[in-house]
Amino acid sequence: MLKKLLPFVEHAVKKPVWDCRMCGQCVLHSTGMTCPMTCPKTLRNGPCGGVRENGNCEVKPEMQCIWVKAYDRTVSLPLPKVWKEHYNELRPPVDMRLQGTSSWINLVTKRDQQTPAGWSVGDN
Amino acid sequence: MSILREKLENTTEQVFTAEFPSIDGGGMNSVIRDAARLAPWFDAVNATDNPAAHAHTSNTTTAIAMQMHGLEAIMQIVCRDKNRLAIQSDMMGAALHGITNISLLTGDDVTAGDEPEARRVFDVDSAQAINIARIMTTGQYLSGRKINPAPDFYIGAVENAAAPPFDYRIQRALKKHRAGARFLQLQICYHPDRLEAFCKGVAEVAPDLKLIPTVVLMKGAKGLSFMNDKVPGIDVPVDTLKRVQSASDPSVEVNKLTLELAQHALTLPGVRGLHITDFRHDDTLAIFMNDLGRTPKRQG
Repeated sequence: MLKKLLPFVEHAVKKPVWDCRMCGQCVLHSTGMTCPMTCPKTLRNGPCGGVRENGNCEVKPEMQCIWVKAYDRTVSLPLPKVWKEHYNELRPPVDMRLQGTSSWINLVTKRDQQTPAGWSVGDN
Repeated sequence: MSILREKLENTTEQVFTAEFPSIDGGGMNSVIRDAARLAPWFDAVNATDNPAAHAHTSNTTTAIAMQMHGLEAIMQIVCRDKNRLAIQSDMMGAALHGITNISLLTGDDVTAGDEPEARRVFDVDSAQAINIARIMTTGQYLSGRKINPAPDFYIGAVENAAAPPFDYRIQRALKKHRAGARFLQLQICYHPDRLEAFCKGVAEVAPDLKLIPTVVLMKGAKGLSFMNDKVPGIDVPVDTLKRVQSASDPSVEVNKLTLELAQHALTLPGVRGLHITDFRHDDTLAIFMNDLGRTPKRQG
Protein backbone atom coordinates (compact mmCIF):
# COMPACT_ATOMS: atom_id res chain seq x y z
CA MET A 1 0.00 0.00 0.00
CA LEU A 2 2.74 2.44 1.11
CA LYS A 3 4.77 1.43 -1.92
CA LYS A 4 1.94 2.52 -4.19
CA LEU A 5 0.96 5.64 -2.28
CA LEU A 6 4.35 7.19 -1.55
CA PRO A 7 5.40 7.79 -5.17
CA PHE A 8 2.25 9.92 -5.62
CA VAL A 9 2.91 11.89 -2.46
CA GLU A 10 6.60 12.33 -3.31
CA HIS A 11 5.80 13.53 -6.80
CA ALA A 12 3.13 15.91 -5.51
CA VAL A 13 5.67 17.50 -3.18
CA LYS A 14 8.80 17.48 -5.34
CA LYS A 15 7.41 18.21 -8.79
CA PRO A 16 6.28 21.81 -8.08
CA VAL A 17 9.44 22.66 -6.12
CA TRP A 18 12.22 20.88 -8.03
CA ASP A 19 10.52 19.74 -11.22
CA CYS A 20 11.18 16.18 -9.96
CA ARG A 21 11.38 13.47 -12.63
CA MET A 22 10.95 10.54 -10.21
CA CYS A 23 14.26 8.86 -11.01
CA GLY A 24 13.86 7.05 -7.70
CA GLN A 25 17.44 7.76 -6.57
CA CYS A 26 17.35 11.34 -5.40
CA VAL A 27 20.62 13.26 -5.07
CA LEU A 28 19.15 16.75 -4.50
CA HIS A 29 20.99 17.16 -1.21
CA SER A 30 24.36 16.83 -2.95
CA THR A 31 23.57 19.11 -5.88
CA GLY A 32 22.58 22.29 -4.08
CA MET A 33 18.93 21.22 -4.08
CA THR A 34 18.90 21.32 -7.91
CA CYS A 35 17.64 18.27 -9.78
CA PRO A 36 20.21 16.95 -12.30
CA MET A 37 17.50 15.03 -14.13
CA THR A 38 16.19 18.38 -15.39
CA CYS A 39 19.45 18.77 -17.36
CA PRO A 40 18.47 17.92 -20.98
CA LYS A 41 21.39 15.48 -21.00
CA THR A 42 20.47 14.18 -17.51
CA LEU A 43 24.09 14.61 -16.42
CA ARG A 44 24.65 13.56 -12.81
CA ASN A 45 28.28 14.63 -12.45
CA GLY A 46 28.49 18.26 -13.46
CA PRO A 47 28.02 20.51 -16.47
CA CYS A 48 28.91 19.60 -20.04
CA GLY A 49 31.26 21.75 -22.09
CA GLY A 50 28.42 23.50 -23.89
CA VAL A 51 27.44 25.95 -21.16
CA ARG A 52 26.99 29.37 -22.73
CA GLU A 53 28.91 32.48 -21.71
CA ASN A 54 25.84 33.76 -19.83
CA GLY A 55 25.61 30.51 -17.87
CA ASN A 56 22.67 29.15 -19.87
CA CYS A 57 22.09 25.71 -21.31
CA GLU A 58 23.45 24.51 -24.67
CA VAL A 59 20.20 22.72 -25.49
CA LYS A 60 17.72 25.24 -24.06
CA PRO A 61 19.34 28.66 -24.45
CA GLU A 62 16.59 30.34 -22.44
CA MET A 63 17.24 28.17 -19.37
CA GLN A 64 20.07 28.59 -16.87
CA CYS A 65 22.36 25.54 -16.87
CA ILE A 66 21.18 23.46 -13.95
CA TRP A 67 24.81 22.78 -12.98
CA VAL A 68 25.57 26.50 -12.86
CA LYS A 69 22.57 26.82 -10.57
CA ALA A 70 23.62 23.77 -8.55
CA TYR A 71 27.11 25.15 -8.05
CA ASP A 72 25.88 28.62 -7.04
CA ARG A 73 23.42 27.12 -4.59
CA THR A 74 25.94 24.71 -3.13
CA VAL A 75 28.26 27.63 -2.46
CA SER A 76 25.63 30.10 -1.22
CA LEU A 77 22.79 28.15 0.43
CA PRO A 78 23.09 27.37 4.15
CA LEU A 79 23.12 23.62 3.53
CA PRO A 80 24.67 21.10 5.95
CA LYS A 81 28.45 20.81 5.45
CA VAL A 82 28.25 17.11 4.74
CA TRP A 83 25.79 17.76 1.91
CA LYS A 84 28.16 20.33 0.41
CA GLU A 85 30.98 17.83 0.62
CA HIS A 86 28.94 15.38 -1.41
CA TYR A 87 28.85 17.81 -4.32
CA ASN A 88 32.08 16.54 -5.80
CA GLU A 89 31.49 12.82 -5.38
CA LEU A 90 31.24 10.57 -8.41
CA ARG A 91 27.57 9.70 -8.67
CA PRO A 92 26.92 6.27 -10.24
CA PRO A 93 24.85 5.73 -13.38
CA VAL A 94 21.09 5.87 -12.89
CA ASP A 95 19.39 2.53 -12.26
CA MET A 96 16.61 2.72 -14.81
CA ARG A 97 14.59 0.13 -12.90
CA LEU A 98 13.92 2.67 -10.16
CA GLN A 99 12.21 5.16 -12.47
CA GLY A 100 8.81 6.06 -11.01
CA THR A 101 9.45 4.54 -7.59
CA SER A 102 9.70 6.52 -4.37
CA SER A 103 13.23 7.66 -3.59
CA TRP A 104 12.14 7.99 0.03
CA ILE A 105 11.50 4.24 0.23
CA ASN A 106 14.69 3.54 -1.73
CA LEU A 107 16.64 5.71 0.71
CA VAL A 108 15.31 3.90 3.77
CA THR A 109 15.83 0.45 2.25
CA LYS A 110 19.23 1.53 0.83
CA ARG A 111 18.06 0.28 -2.54
CA ASP A 112 19.27 3.56 -4.04
CA GLN A 113 22.82 2.73 -3.00
CA GLN A 114 23.00 -0.54 -4.90
CA THR A 115 25.38 -0.27 -7.84
CA PRO A 116 26.59 -2.84 -10.40
CA ALA A 117 29.27 -5.18 -9.00
CA GLY A 118 32.07 -3.53 -10.94
CA TRP A 119 31.22 0.09 -10.14
CA SER A 120 33.33 0.54 -7.02
CA VAL A 121 36.29 -1.60 -8.05
CA GLY A 122 39.54 0.04 -6.95
CA ASP A 123 37.60 3.11 -5.95
CA ASN A 124 39.68 6.25 -5.85
CA MET B 1 52.35 0.27 -26.86
CA SER B 2 50.70 3.61 -27.36
CA ILE B 3 53.15 6.33 -28.40
CA LEU B 4 50.89 8.85 -26.72
CA ARG B 5 51.08 7.02 -23.40
CA GLU B 6 54.82 6.41 -23.72
CA LYS B 7 55.53 10.08 -24.40
CA LEU B 8 53.17 11.47 -21.79
CA GLU B 9 53.99 9.03 -19.02
CA ASN B 10 57.68 8.27 -19.57
CA THR B 11 59.16 11.39 -21.15
CA THR B 12 58.87 15.14 -20.83
CA GLU B 13 58.43 15.61 -24.57
CA GLN B 14 55.53 17.64 -25.85
CA VAL B 15 52.80 15.78 -27.68
CA PHE B 16 50.73 17.05 -30.57
CA THR B 17 47.31 15.68 -31.40
CA ALA B 18 44.72 16.51 -34.04
CA GLU B 19 41.35 15.39 -35.31
CA PHE B 20 40.92 12.94 -38.15
CA PRO B 21 38.53 14.30 -40.78
CA SER B 22 35.09 12.72 -40.63
CA ILE B 23 34.63 10.04 -43.26
CA ASP B 24 31.56 10.32 -45.48
CA GLY B 25 32.46 8.04 -48.34
CA GLY B 26 35.75 8.39 -50.15
CA GLY B 27 36.84 4.89 -49.27
CA MET B 28 40.14 3.74 -47.83
CA ASN B 29 42.02 5.97 -50.28
CA SER B 30 40.81 9.05 -48.44
CA VAL B 31 41.97 7.52 -45.14
CA ILE B 32 45.40 6.79 -46.61
CA ARG B 33 45.67 10.35 -47.93
CA ASP B 34 44.66 11.97 -44.64
CA ALA B 35 46.81 9.63 -42.56
CA ALA B 36 49.84 10.50 -44.69
CA ARG B 37 49.12 14.23 -44.33
CA LEU B 38 48.78 14.08 -40.52
CA ALA B 39 51.38 11.46 -39.58
CA PRO B 40 54.47 13.71 -39.96
CA TRP B 41 53.19 16.18 -37.40
CA PHE B 42 51.13 14.32 -34.83
CA ASP B 43 51.73 11.67 -32.17
CA ALA B 44 48.12 10.56 -32.10
CA VAL B 45 44.93 11.70 -33.79
CA ASN B 46 41.33 11.64 -32.57
CA ALA B 47 38.89 9.26 -34.22
CA THR B 48 35.75 11.21 -33.47
CA ASP B 49 32.32 9.83 -32.59
CA ASN B 50 29.64 11.59 -34.65
CA PRO B 51 31.05 15.08 -33.96
CA ALA B 52 28.57 17.94 -33.62
CA ALA B 53 25.82 15.30 -33.62
CA HIS B 54 26.19 14.50 -37.32
CA ALA B 55 26.35 10.84 -38.38
CA HIS B 56 29.64 9.75 -40.00
CA THR B 57 31.70 6.59 -40.31
CA SER B 58 31.84 5.11 -36.79
CA ASN B 59 34.50 5.93 -34.23
CA THR B 60 35.76 2.34 -33.92
CA THR B 61 36.09 1.62 -37.62
CA THR B 62 37.72 4.99 -38.23
CA ALA B 63 40.24 4.26 -35.49
CA ILE B 64 40.95 0.81 -36.97
CA ALA B 65 41.44 2.28 -40.45
CA MET B 66 43.77 4.95 -39.10
CA GLN B 67 45.94 2.45 -37.24
CA MET B 68 46.03 0.20 -40.35
CA HIS B 69 47.63 3.12 -42.14
CA GLY B 70 50.19 4.07 -39.55
CA LEU B 71 48.38 6.72 -37.55
CA GLU B 72 47.88 6.18 -33.85
CA ALA B 73 44.27 6.78 -32.85
CA ILE B 74 42.68 8.30 -29.80
CA MET B 75 39.23 6.78 -30.05
CA GLN B 76 36.55 9.10 -28.75
CA ILE B 77 33.30 7.84 -27.34
CA VAL B 78 30.46 10.25 -26.64
CA CYS B 79 27.54 9.53 -24.33
CA ARG B 80 24.86 10.92 -26.66
CA ASP B 81 24.32 7.94 -28.98
CA LYS B 82 25.12 4.85 -26.91
CA ASN B 83 24.00 3.30 -23.68
CA ARG B 84 26.41 1.67 -21.23
CA LEU B 85 26.35 -1.66 -23.07
CA ALA B 86 27.26 -0.09 -26.40
CA ILE B 87 29.98 2.05 -24.81
CA GLN B 88 31.59 -1.04 -23.31
CA SER B 89 31.35 -2.98 -26.57
CA ASP B 90 32.93 -0.02 -28.42
CA MET B 91 35.87 -0.22 -26.05
CA MET B 92 36.15 -4.00 -26.35
CA GLY B 93 36.08 -3.69 -30.14
CA ALA B 94 38.84 -1.11 -29.96
CA ALA B 95 40.93 -3.33 -27.70
CA LEU B 96 40.47 -6.26 -30.09
CA HIS B 97 42.11 -4.18 -32.81
CA GLY B 98 44.94 -2.87 -30.66
CA ILE B 99 43.46 0.57 -30.02
CA THR B 100 44.23 1.56 -26.46
CA ASN B 101 43.84 5.36 -26.32
CA ILE B 102 40.22 5.97 -25.39
CA SER B 103 38.75 9.39 -24.71
CA LEU B 104 35.30 9.66 -23.17
CA LEU B 105 33.16 12.75 -23.42
CA THR B 106 29.60 13.95 -23.00
CA GLY B 107 29.06 14.94 -26.62
CA ASP B 108 27.07 17.72 -28.26
CA ASP B 109 23.33 17.42 -27.94
CA VAL B 110 21.32 15.97 -30.84
CA THR B 111 19.84 19.44 -31.39
CA ALA B 112 23.30 20.64 -32.54
CA GLY B 113 23.21 18.26 -35.49
CA ASP B 114 21.28 17.68 -38.69
CA GLU B 115 18.94 15.11 -37.16
CA PRO B 116 17.61 17.00 -34.15
CA GLU B 117 14.56 14.75 -34.02
CA ALA B 118 16.73 11.83 -32.82
CA ARG B 119 16.46 10.33 -29.34
CA ARG B 120 19.32 11.39 -27.11
CA VAL B 121 20.73 8.61 -24.95
CA PHE B 122 23.02 9.93 -22.17
CA ASP B 123 22.49 6.68 -20.25
CA VAL B 124 25.79 7.47 -18.51
CA ASP B 125 27.68 10.78 -18.32
CA SER B 126 31.33 11.34 -19.17
CA ALA B 127 32.64 10.90 -15.62
CA GLN B 128 30.72 7.64 -15.29
CA ALA B 129 31.97 6.46 -18.70
CA ILE B 130 35.56 7.20 -17.66
CA ASN B 131 35.03 5.14 -14.52
CA ILE B 132 33.60 2.29 -16.60
CA ALA B 133 36.73 2.35 -18.82
CA ARG B 134 38.88 2.21 -15.69
CA ILE B 135 36.82 -0.70 -14.33
CA MET B 136 37.44 -2.58 -17.58
CA THR B 137 41.20 -2.17 -17.15
CA THR B 138 40.83 -4.15 -13.91
CA GLY B 139 39.50 -7.10 -15.90
CA GLN B 140 35.75 -6.79 -15.66
CA TYR B 141 32.72 -5.17 -17.18
CA LEU B 142 30.57 -2.76 -15.17
CA SER B 143 28.44 -5.74 -14.17
CA GLY B 144 31.45 -7.48 -12.64
CA ARG B 145 31.62 -10.13 -15.40
CA LYS B 146 35.24 -11.04 -16.14
CA ILE B 147 37.33 -9.83 -19.08
CA ASN B 148 40.46 -11.89 -19.53
CA PRO B 149 43.00 -10.47 -20.17
CA ALA B 150 42.03 -6.99 -19.07
CA PRO B 151 42.25 -4.36 -21.81
CA ASP B 152 45.11 -1.95 -21.33
CA PHE B 153 43.37 1.35 -22.01
CA TYR B 154 45.09 4.70 -21.77
CA ILE B 155 42.11 6.76 -20.68
CA GLY B 156 41.52 10.37 -21.62
CA ALA B 157 38.76 12.91 -21.40
CA VAL B 158 37.85 16.42 -22.46
CA GLU B 159 37.15 19.50 -20.39
CA ASN B 160 36.14 23.04 -21.22
CA ALA B 161 38.42 25.31 -19.20
CA ALA B 162 36.60 28.46 -20.19
CA ALA B 163 32.87 27.82 -19.79
CA PRO B 164 30.74 28.58 -16.72
CA PRO B 165 30.76 27.70 -13.88
CA PHE B 166 34.42 28.78 -14.10
CA ASP B 167 35.51 27.94 -10.55
CA TYR B 168 33.97 24.51 -10.79
CA ARG B 169 35.76 23.45 -14.01
CA ILE B 170 38.88 22.57 -12.05
CA GLN B 171 36.86 20.36 -9.71
CA ARG B 172 35.25 18.65 -12.66
CA ALA B 173 38.63 17.95 -14.25
CA LEU B 174 39.82 16.48 -10.97
CA LYS B 175 36.70 14.33 -10.74
CA LYS B 176 37.47 12.90 -14.17
CA HIS B 177 41.03 12.30 -13.05
CA ARG B 178 39.85 10.44 -9.96
CA ALA B 179 37.52 8.39 -12.17
CA GLY B 180 40.49 7.28 -14.28
CA ALA B 181 41.45 9.93 -16.86
CA ARG B 182 45.20 10.29 -17.38
CA PHE B 183 45.06 13.07 -19.94
CA LEU B 184 42.64 15.85 -20.81
CA GLN B 185 42.22 17.43 -24.21
CA LEU B 186 40.79 20.88 -23.58
CA GLN B 187 38.09 22.66 -25.54
CA ILE B 188 39.07 25.54 -27.83
CA CYS B 189 39.75 28.57 -25.64
CA TYR B 190 40.21 32.22 -26.56
CA HIS B 191 40.57 33.38 -22.96
CA PRO B 192 44.23 32.86 -22.03
CA ASP B 193 43.52 34.08 -18.48
CA ARG B 194 40.85 31.43 -17.95
CA LEU B 195 43.06 28.72 -19.41
CA GLU B 196 45.89 29.78 -17.14
CA ALA B 197 43.72 29.74 -14.00
CA PHE B 198 42.38 26.31 -14.95
CA CYS B 199 45.79 24.75 -15.65
CA LYS B 200 47.30 26.18 -12.48
CA GLY B 201 44.37 24.95 -10.41
CA VAL B 202 44.50 21.45 -11.87
CA ALA B 203 48.29 21.12 -11.73
CA GLU B 204 48.33 22.16 -8.09
CA VAL B 205 46.19 19.19 -7.05
CA ALA B 206 46.90 16.67 -9.82
CA PRO B 207 50.36 17.32 -11.28
CA ASP B 208 50.27 13.95 -13.06
CA LEU B 209 47.15 14.80 -15.08
CA LYS B 210 48.35 15.68 -18.56
CA LEU B 211 46.71 18.74 -20.09
CA ILE B 212 46.45 19.28 -23.84
CA PRO B 213 44.85 22.63 -24.77
CA THR B 214 43.38 23.15 -28.23
CA VAL B 215 44.10 25.82 -30.82
CA VAL B 216 42.37 26.28 -34.17
CA LEU B 217 43.82 27.03 -37.57
CA MET B 218 41.28 29.07 -39.49
CA LYS B 219 40.97 31.36 -42.46
CA GLY B 220 39.99 34.64 -40.86
CA ALA B 221 37.54 36.64 -38.81
CA LYS B 222 34.47 34.85 -40.16
CA GLY B 223 35.40 31.53 -38.56
CA LEU B 224 36.13 33.27 -35.31
CA SER B 225 32.76 35.00 -35.15
CA PHE B 226 31.04 31.78 -36.26
CA MET B 227 32.50 29.93 -33.28
CA ASN B 228 31.59 32.76 -30.96
CA ASP B 229 27.99 32.92 -32.22
CA LYS B 230 27.20 29.31 -33.02
CA VAL B 231 29.23 26.99 -30.80
CA PRO B 232 27.92 26.88 -27.24
CA GLY B 233 30.76 26.83 -24.74
CA ILE B 234 33.17 28.85 -26.90
CA ASP B 235 33.43 32.57 -26.31
CA VAL B 236 35.71 34.89 -28.26
CA PRO B 237 36.39 38.16 -26.41
CA VAL B 238 35.22 41.30 -28.27
CA ASP B 239 38.76 42.74 -28.40
CA THR B 240 40.14 39.53 -29.90
CA LEU B 241 37.45 39.53 -32.55
CA LYS B 242 38.04 43.22 -33.33
CA ARG B 243 41.76 42.71 -33.57
CA VAL B 244 41.33 40.15 -36.35
CA GLN B 245 38.45 41.92 -38.09
CA SER B 246 40.22 45.27 -38.28
CA ALA B 247 43.60 43.90 -39.38
CA SER B 248 44.78 44.74 -42.90
CA ASP B 249 44.99 41.00 -43.60
CA PRO B 250 42.71 39.07 -41.22
CA SER B 251 44.07 35.70 -42.37
CA VAL B 252 47.59 36.69 -41.31
CA GLU B 253 46.35 38.21 -38.08
CA VAL B 254 44.34 35.14 -37.08
CA ASN B 255 47.44 33.00 -37.55
CA LYS B 256 49.43 35.38 -35.36
CA LEU B 257 46.72 35.15 -32.73
CA THR B 258 46.69 31.35 -32.86
CA LEU B 259 50.46 31.21 -32.50
CA GLU B 260 50.36 33.51 -29.48
CA LEU B 261 47.64 31.40 -27.85
CA ALA B 262 49.63 28.22 -28.55
CA GLN B 263 52.89 29.60 -27.20
CA HIS B 264 51.16 30.87 -24.07
CA ALA B 265 49.35 27.54 -23.52
CA LEU B 266 52.62 25.59 -23.76
CA THR B 267 54.11 27.59 -20.87
CA LEU B 268 51.30 26.69 -18.43
CA PRO B 269 51.69 24.18 -15.60
CA GLY B 270 50.44 20.68 -16.40
CA VAL B 271 50.38 21.36 -20.14
CA ARG B 272 52.12 18.61 -22.05
CA GLY B 273 51.29 19.49 -25.62
CA LEU B 274 48.70 20.86 -27.97
CA HIS B 275 45.65 19.67 -29.82
CA ILE B 276 45.30 21.33 -33.20
CA THR B 277 41.99 21.70 -34.99
CA ASP B 278 42.72 22.45 -38.62
CA PHE B 279 39.91 24.14 -40.57
CA ARG B 280 42.27 25.19 -43.35
CA HIS B 281 43.67 21.93 -44.74
CA ASP B 282 46.45 23.75 -46.55
CA ASP B 283 50.09 24.63 -45.86
CA THR B 284 49.13 26.69 -42.79
CA LEU B 285 49.67 23.64 -40.59
CA ALA B 286 53.28 23.18 -41.71
CA ILE B 287 54.03 26.90 -41.26
CA PHE B 288 52.36 26.93 -37.84
CA MET B 289 54.26 23.85 -36.66
CA ASN B 290 57.54 25.32 -37.93
CA ASP B 291 56.80 28.51 -36.01
CA LEU B 292 56.38 26.37 -32.89
CA GLY B 293 59.79 24.84 -33.57
CA ARG B 294 58.45 21.45 -34.72
CA THR B 295 59.97 19.50 -37.54
CA PRO B 296 58.06 16.81 -39.44
CA LYS B 297 58.75 13.20 -38.53
CA ARG B 298 60.28 11.18 -41.33
CA GLN B 299 57.98 8.47 -42.55
CA GLY B 300 59.35 4.96 -42.67
